[in-house]
Amino acid sequence: MSERENIFARIKEALTIHAHAHHGTGLPTAADQRRVMPSVGATTDEQFALFAKNAADLKATFKIVQDETELRSELTALAAAEKWVRIATHKSSLAGALAASLNLPTLMTDEGCDKHELEKCDAGISECDALVAQTGTVVVTSRTAGGRALSCLPPHHVVIARREQFVADLPAAFALIRQKHGANYPSMISFITGPSRTGDIERILVLGAHGPKKLTIFCL
Amino acid sequence: MSAPATHFTEDATRVAHDLRHRGIIQTAMGKYETVRDQRKMWFQDWQGARNLAARTKFEAINHLDTHLAEFARLLESRGTKVHWASDAAQAREIIFEILRAKKAKVVVKSKAMTSEEIHLNDAMEKAGYEVIESDLGEYIVQLREEPPYHLVFPAMHLTRGEIKDLFQKKLNDAPSDDPEALTMVARRALRKKYLQADVGITGANFCIAETGMISITENEGNARLTSALPKTMITLVGIEKVLPRLEDLALFLPMLAVMGTGQALTCYNTMYGGPRQPGEADGPEEYHVVLLDNHRTLLLADAEQRDSLGCIRCGACLNVCPIFRNVGGHTYGTVYGGPIGSVITPHLRGLQDWKHLSYASSLCGACTETCPVKIDLHHHLLQNRRNASAPKTGKPSFFQKLAFKIFAPVANRPALWSLTTKVSRVGMKLRGLVNGSALDPAQAWTKTRDLPPVAKQSFREWWKEREQ
Repeated sequence: MSERENIFARIKEALTIHAHAHHGTGLPTAADQRRVMPSVGATTDEQFALFAKNAADLKATFKIVQDETELRSELTALAAAEKWVRIATHKSSLAGALAASLNLPTLMTDEGCDKHELEKCDAGISECDALVAQTGTVVVTSRTAGGRALSCLPPHHVVIARREQFVADLPAAFALIRQKHGANYPSMISFITGPSRTGDIERILVLGAHGPKKLTIFCL
Repeated sequence: MSAPATHFTEDATRVAHDLRHRGIIQTAMGKYETVRDQRKMWFQDWQGARNLAARTKFEAINHLDTHLAEFARLLESRGTKVHWASDAAQAREIIFEILRAKKAKVVVKSKAMTSEEIHLNDAMEKAGYEVIESDLGEYIVQLREEPPYHLVFPAMHLTRGEIKDLFQKKLNDAPSDDPEALTMVARRALRKKYLQADVGITGANFCIAETGMISITENEGNARLTSALPKTMITLVGIEKVLPRLEDLALFLPMLAVMGTGQALTCYNTMYGGPRQPGEADGPEEYHVVLLDNHRTLLLADAEQRDSLGCIRCGACLNVCPIFRNVGGHTYGTVYGGPIGSVITPHLRGLQDWKHLSYASSLCGACTETCPVKIDLHHHLLQNRRNASAPKTGKPSFFQKLAFKIFAPVANRPALWSLTTKVSRVGMKLRGLVNGSALDPAQAWTKTRDLPPVAKQSFREWWKEREQ
């Protein structure tokens, strides 16, 4: 017998003895989850404000911009303030075009790129799949945000989002992922909640442990 | 006593008297308790959430065969190689085979308790591989050549000064004892290793059956990089980690964050469903998932304690345990410390050698009360005590019998009982003269504790006085 068969035989034998369900049976629905989870407010305006508050608590920067012109000038100002020399991004209707407008040497990750080159970039600019109000989370995938490393290797991750990408809570975020990618999931889906952090030394918060030290979210 | 029991008793005695250690743990736990409680209140119904989590885990564990088969099938359908290991030696051999095939030299790891369980680092280092733990806390304890102190905070027993000295000695790079500066030292050192690494090894917090994905929860981004940069990725995970549906994460991710670190959500919660897929920019060319039994099926066969397989390794039971807080994480001598470790270690590593852990508890129930998936921890400790003593003779010892032979006639005769209490009061006064010394008849107890005084008045005496 293979080890797989051995393990399954042991599991099946073990499960012939029934355990008592002390806390009920059946899988909870999204409505069950929502009844117990943190409330997010009833209106979209409240949820928008909640995202902004969460982002601030997480030490991420969240900016609402009216149009692409304002977005371009914000991004240009950010590039100048942080003295970006090299950036990385991916082909996309918003992020890619914006990055091009900065006139900086730009690494495109779409076809795969040298990880040493990506590591030298000052910022990674990507799109996202959703913004989650409940927790201040940005959802990215390997298919829609330029791969796995772009949102994690450069020291500053800049996210370009659209207002319609807002979802209220985590159950809605997972429902969206299923609806959008259910037929063929990307190999990576990441819920990013603030810039990289650690508390491993005396439980004192330090930003930028291994991932980005800064996270900026622009919302059109 | 078994060797682990002797080790436990000696270390517990030493650490419990170490006031410096106690200070460090109290400070760290104080900070944790404040944020954890704020986050619990942020939930609309925390107890309701625990019930839903317990129910979900019950469904997952009690249909483990179905979920596990589905999980493996879906992973394989998208190009992942799934391996099965019944024990630690098999798991190590599977991983070594991959390392050999890939001609790997440098291996970067993100936190995996399963790898502690199979002593993977030790084996890889002995075989000549360069192995780097990338989680900051794990990196620190790796440099100190010691096991992690705590499931979630591996280096919580160390001060910044000690970490500075360690970095100075091992890395020759420690500008100050500022936590930020020290973190940046590790960031610089590990960036180089990430770019060199041939293979990345991770653990997993959850296995999603219905979509064939693993889920990793982390704050630093080290697991993100481990799974993005090396050409080969390996995940070593216990077979019990399944959740039925992707949507179950909506509840489990925030609950794990709240109980683990007091955050609303951990910084990175990432689901991986395979190697780099067609059209994707990067990611490993090969992805291997190693599913580890290592006696988990023994625990599964114990229907009474099966719920302990639902553990999400948040560490909350360690944090509230008065024993853990006094004897510290290393005293247990186990991979999994604290109450959950005391429950599962006798199953995973042998009841007779590890039964002493069932007594590393005041049975206060704080662990059971805090557990986000409602594992009945303190009752399981009692069941382990029962299971450990039953097979021997099932009969009390000579001294136990003698004690009850004397106690029973006294307790059955009110006059004799009353006389005994009166004598005890005098006895207590006399014993006060020798309290705690070698002459004290209750020395085994009074060496480290106060003996509660006999009441000045018994209930019967009080009642009589009241009637007059």
